Amino acid sequence: MKRVYVNEEWCLGCHLCEYNCAFANSGLTDMVLALKGKPLFPRIHVESSGRITYAVSCRHCEDPICVKSCIAGAISKENDIILIDKNKCVGCFTCMLVCPYGALAPDENGVMQKCELCVQNACGEPACVKGCPNRAIVYEEREA
Amino acid sequence: MKEYVIIGNGAAAAGCIEGIRSIDPDGPITVISAEDHAVYCRPLISYYLQGKTDRDRMHYRSSDFYDRMKCRVLYGRSAVRIHNEKHEVRLDNGQILPYSSLCIAAGSSPFVPPFEGLETVRARFSFMTLDDALALEKALRKTSRVLIVGAGLIGLKCAEGILHRAAQITVCDLADRVLSSILDADCAAIVQKHLEESGIRFLLEDSAVRFDGHKAYMKSGKEVSFDVLVLAVGVRANTALVKDAGGTVNRGILIDTQMRTSLEDIYAAGDCTEGDDLSSGQKRVLAILPNAVMQGHTAGINMAGGSEVFDKGIPMNSIGFFGQHIMSAGTYEGEVYEERTENSLKRLFIKDDRLKGFILVGREERAGIYTSLIREDVPLSTLDFESMKKAASTTVFSSEIRRKKFGGVV
Repeated sequence: MKRVYVNEEWCLGCHLCEYNCAFANSGLTDMVLALKGKPLFPRIHVESSGRITYAVSCRHCEDPICVKSCIAGAISKENDIILIDKNKCVGCFTCMLVCPYGALAPDENGVMQKCELCVQNACGEPACVKGCPNRAIVYEEREA
Repeated sequence: MKEYVIIGNGAAAAGCIEGIRSIDPDGPITVISAEDHAVYCRPLISYYLQGKTDRDRMHYRSSDFYDRMKCRVLYGRSAVRIHNEKHEVRLDNGQILPYSSLCIAAGSSPFVPPFEGLETVRARFSFMTLDDALALEKALRKTSRVLIVGAGLIGLKCAEGILHRAAQITVCDLADRVLSSILDADCAAIVQKHLEESGIRFLLEDSAVRFDGHKAYMKSGKEVSFDVLVLAVGVRANTALVKDAGGTVNRGILIDTQMRTSLEDIYAAGDCTEGDDLSSGQKRVLAILPNAVMQGHTAGINMAGGSEVFDKGIPMNSIGFFGQHIMSAGTYEGEVYEERTENSLKRLFIKDDRLKGFILVGREERAGIYTSLIREDVPLSTLDFESMKKAASTTVFSSEIRRKKFGGVV
């Protein structure tokens, strides 16, 4: 199964992945219209501490605790990808309480969102990977 | 071929069904459902009244769930007796169901103290099931004055859910603060203030001693007039079936880390159980949805002959009222790290080189990283916990652990 992996040696901490993620999931075709002057709600975020920087998004865990914890049955695993049905989410934030990676956060309406590997939007492949200027984020198959 | 029977049709039962089917694709499963509804999660009933979900979206699983899982569901039936020597369950209609493995996922029931004059109140409701919520919905008018007895999770979620459907909501509780099971006094004060500003009235350290029609006579001498009464004093685990069969029960049905009860081939999961609380090292009733699902899943795997352990149960709650989010986990003992503003509060409890628990009011960002430190029992000396206190982050782990967590060359 292909996953998003990061290389903190190569990450510049430029936050472009966050912009590309928010744009890909905006449903709009103009990046300026989608993002300019608006608060950003990306599904990936850059973690940093001192010289260390890297991007974190959903790991699509083999045994996902978010799926088992969702009180609305809104999070499911299909074809090894963890998806969230935003229409079912009631915004209780229990998934945020349990995700060990801090990979879920609410959108602008308080409804939970997460990385779905760009399978639900028009991007086709993870936008964070496609737009990373230094190949610090890759999308590939690796042995567990 | 193994035959499975599950008593209950809530989240623990759904977990159990999926656990069984991950091992055994064919053994017949019979689910005994007292409620006339396909599986839904009880915490959703307040969101239903609030309008954040509806009957259709409340379904916990897709409409073909039971078919896909090859389950037979007996709706409107309850188990009245377990004959564990014979491996049989007797139902309220006299029907006998044989089993090879049995799971009790019977949940809990509202506890109603013997209030004087309670029978004189016509419009009185519990707030546990979908049917409770539907009955309450019918009884409410825009002009209704509602008295809710109990300022716990159930009472307050009910208050939030029906505020826009009623004229006035008063919540009383014997405790001196709201959410006394999960919040300390300071955190409770912030939450109470927010609830009051949102329009809920409180009578704390006070409770009804007597009811007469539309009036409650309080311990303090006050009188509260109401049109609708909601009783949300507390819940009790449904333990009777196991107790009557000679099994070990305390406040809940005692289970081990494989969800086995003291009776052979009988497992239990969810709100009816008392299992291990990793954060306190004691047996506790952990009546929360995530534990119910994980316990059910574990029970199911073991019932089907697999081998699974669930030993990471802790109390944890994420609950919101009128836009304010409150998260809590673990036990509140040890040294306290605190950050507070007028409307937010963060308290971390640290003991024996471990994070034991936390309370976060309005500080929910990436809280799961804190929760994982409790659930994984991580020694704090192995990470940079000082910087972690201010903001939860995965950068505090050593590079080796980060590599493991992120699967490669982080």
